[in-house]
Amino acid sequence: MKRVFLFIPVIFAVVLGVFLFAGIGKDPNKLESALIGKPVPEFRLKDLHDEERELTREVFKGQVSLLNVWGTWCPACRDEHDDLVWLAEEKGIRIVGLNYKDNRDDALVWLDRLGDPYQVSIYDPRGRLGFDLGVYGAPETYVIDAEGIVRHRHVGVVNEKVWEQDIEPLVNRYREKI
Amino acid sequence: MIRAVLAALLLMAFGPSSMAQSDDVYSFDSRTEEQRFQTLISELRCPKCQNQNIADSNAPISKDMRDEVYQMMSEGARNEEIVDALVSRFGEFVRYKPEVDSRTILLWATPVIAVVVGFLVVAIIVIRARRNGESEPALTDEERARASRILAGDDSDRTS
Repeated sequence: MKRVFLFIPVIFAVVLGVFLFAGIGKDPNKLESALIGKPVPEFRLKDLHDEERELTREVFKGQVSLLNVWGTWCPACRDEHDDLVWLAEEKGIRIVGLNYKDNRDDALVWLDRLGDPYQVSIYDPRGRLGFDLGVYGAPETYVIDAEGIVRHRHVGVVNEKVWEQDIEPLVNRYREKI
Repeated sequence: MIRAVLAALLLMAFGPSSMAQSDDVYSFDSRTEEQRFQTLISELRCPKCQNQNIADSNAPISKDMRDEVYQMMSEGARNEEIVDALVSRFGEFVRYKPEVDSRTILLWATPVIAVVVGFLVVAIIVIRARRNGESEPALTDEERARASRILAGDDSDRTS
């Protein structure tokens, strides 16, 4: 009977091992958004293309959209850009751009040269909406459902793999709910 | 001399390095407010750099967060309101001291559990040792009487 107690440290070590092993391979830089399941924060910002036009979170109503946070200062955004153009043109995805802490002229030149995947472009030079979204780097991409609720956040570049594995299933699911 | 060295050491420890990031740009009405600001930003974690608080971090997001803390302070927000405002954007992660709730209860309880388990183990060992001791006393009464005689200096009992 007493010998059984000798195994307690072994059991303890195994449990601890399983617990710690579960953390291996997780990217600690990817934080879950605090906004999942909540509406896009309220904002009132100018259109990137049209200084006169004011945009609010109404732009997300009615359709499932991706909200892509980008800036010309962000090298990873350059990597991602072609895939966004592909998503918009080939897959017919509605992408809303959030030009984050950037310069309007630089951003317009970039879109002119590389193609414009965004159906709507929000200009956020001071990063106000970005801050309210909890953006801590760029690029970041959010899945927003037709009611304007944040459903998913992807930190980092969206490429074909990320699209197929993480984002497309969600977009399809929330499209069906409309 | 010693005082001077101590002062220099203190300066090195708490002086420029901990003040470096959040110096010049913010102005405060009182020393207390400044202290409060320093405490707040040292208790908030940078979401980008993760192992730094927003007081020490150079990341742009930390600057934005410091600005927000300062802004909210000047609007008269309480500390909890400020921290909650940042948690609602960046998640529980930004707290260096997580709140006690269903997800973090284990984190908070672990030290207590460890102490209780350790205490139980010690208690069991002690109780067992005592029980063993009672079942077979080290000396019989007769032996004990002999031992005290020897200790008292009566050598007649010595066998050798």
